Amino acid sequence: MRLSLTSRFSAISALLPALLVMLVVYIGATSWTVWMSLTNSRMLPNNNFVGLRQYETLLGNDRWITSVHNIVIYGVLFVSFALLIGFLLAVAIDQRVRAEDTIRSIFLYPYSMSFVVTGLVWQWLLNPTLGIQHVLRSWGFENATFDWIVRPETAIYCLVIAGVWQASGLVMAIMLAGLRGVDEEIWKAARVDGLPKWRVYMSIIIPMMGASFATAAVLLSTGVVRLYDLSVSMTNGGPGIASEVPAKFVMDHLFERANIGLATAAATTMLITVIAVVAPYLYWRARKGEMR
Amino acid sequence: MQKSNVDIRSLQIGFGGLKVLENLNLHVEASEFLVLLGPSGCGKSTLLNAIAGLIDVKGGEIHIGGRDVTWAEPKDRGIAMVFQSYALYPRMSVRRNMSFGLKVAGTPREEIERRVGEAAQMLRLTSLLDRRPSELSGGQRQRVAIGRALVRHAGVYLFDEPLSNLDAQLRAELRVEIKRLHARLSATMIYVTHDQIEALTLADRIAVMQGGVIQQLDTPKKIYREPVNRFVASFVGSPAMNFIPGRIACDGETGFIAGANRLGLNGYAFRGLPTDARAVLGIRPEHIELTASDDPSAVSARVEMVEPMGADTLIWCRLADGTTFSFRDDADAKMREGDTLALRFPAQALSLFDETSGQRL
Repeated sequence: MRLSLTSRFSAISALLPALLVMLVVYIGATSWTVWMSLTNSRMLPNNNFVGLRQYETLLGNDRWITSVHNIVIYGVLFVSFALLIGFLLAVAIDQRVRAEDTIRSIFLYPYSMSFVVTGLVWQWLLNPTLGIQHVLRSWGFENATFDWIVRPETAIYCLVIAGVWQASGLVMAIMLAGLRGVDEEIWKAARVDGLPKWRVYMSIIIPMMGASFATAAVLLSTGVVRLYDLSVSMTNGGPGIASEVPAKFVMDHLFERANIGLATAAATTMLITVIAVVAPYLYWRARKGEMR
Repeated sequence: MQKSNVDIRSLQIGFGGLKVLENLNLHVEASEFLVLLGPSGCGKSTLLNAIAGLIDVKGGEIHIGGRDVTWAEPKDRGIAMVFQSYALYPRMSVRRNMSFGLKVAGTPREEIERRVGEAAQMLRLTSLLDRRPSELSGGQRQRVAIGRALVRHAGVYLFDEPLSNLDAQLRAELRVEIKRLHARLSATMIYVTHDQIEALTLADRIAVMQGGVIQQLDTPKKIYREPVNRFVASFVGSPAMNFIPGRIACDGETGFIAGANRLGLNGYAFRGLPTDARAVLGIRPEHIELTASDDPSAVSARVEMVEPMGADTLIWCRLADGTTFSFRDDADAKMREGDTLALRFPAQALSLFDETSGQRL
């Protein structure tokens, strides 16, 4: 059947806004960012081409190096612990506990909070003179020390704690859906086979839940790349520059330090890194799709 | 391989306030093939799961191989089980599916290999041992599931509707395979199904269940020929048994009166003394015979519809009073719609049921 001219027109006009958004906002803005990183723009954008000089500056910048270092630590720990804790919570809830709905809501609740609120709450909790350390000492544990947030070498781990606390509930929800998808008869077969429960999870259930783990990992990873507000609200990058992250570097140079060139170079570097990580995965997926 | 008998004594099972089984007794001989047959919700799967130890019982005892296993874990009962959805471990190869339980139980490696090899050879799985379940057809998957049960060298094998997820042709093939397996191993097998053909072909004895109660426990032949009540009569047999309402008359020669027809009951084995009462007559389609029109015991009926079934023909007829029934004739039956037939209902092939209780008379 051939589409009439009018229905083809309406189809095109319906797709047009999305197409425009895609062209202007994504491709246009990204291209502009890449171009700006090749100029010496300061407070206002200009078109003075300077080659890769901004990137040289960037790689010699201590604050940027620390940011990259931090995001790697944060990324690895945050994704692993959120997956681990989320999965364990899901397994715990899957044991047909009482008041399952309530518990599930409580675990999922942190996810409904913004990173700013999460950051503030954990800033107070971790503050040695107000939070956990203070409480422990007032209970009589005179030597209790929990001052990670004020020590430069451990401040980034505080971001991990807050991030994991916030995201575990979401991972739990995804994992629980995966666990509920496991055929009841597999559990029965495993019982008849005499397999201990932990063995069933390790050898049978977890291998079956590849899709759930992949979904959760992808969602968590996007959270890693755009990590910004947690750092701002919890430590504001401190002490010193100890808990700086790349997105914060970009924002600060773009708006506070009036260095558009350097900021866009940092943003472009982030983009290239993400592509370098994601591209092999997409390629592998496409190959796998072809083989089927 | 040891063969265990199973003894179930006044078993009670309930979920909350709902009673599924109440005071159920069942004895399964060693090497026997027992089929639990019934419609969904009759408690047959519940009973099987209780034997396996997968659900808790409220009362009564379960003995397997002379040992009281009422509260034993499934793995300690000397049983193996095959499930409707196969329940294979999806990310493991066929070989690992079959060997994993033994490995975890600490069986020596050579012994595992020997048992897996033996089961694979018996079920023609040898060439599939390194495949994943997702790379197998439904029939092959169920054979793997049977193999996983066989390597356990259990005293009793439990089958929970193992063929229900397969298409008709595979079902017939695997049915034969299970029967051959039983003949070869002569192991005790308890098999749950709602398919009466499977029950009739496989079983040494069938337990027909309804509403959590065993209605009849007997050989397939007896169940088919002499159903104890109307439920068993209508559940077993395809095409289904015909039921004709009427009454028993004991004046002179005992007979059954349906409308204007009187059928002689000389030769029917009554359970008690026949009395004048309203009753339902049951007869299987293949037991109705054509006869000459001047036969005094002939019933005349009009042909309503003819269904050729390949090997034979099913003919639907209507009596003068409007009752319809079917009977089976050979493949080249020449009846047409509208023909009038003279039929004979042999008394020894009949079943008579009390109209209210449905019990066999």
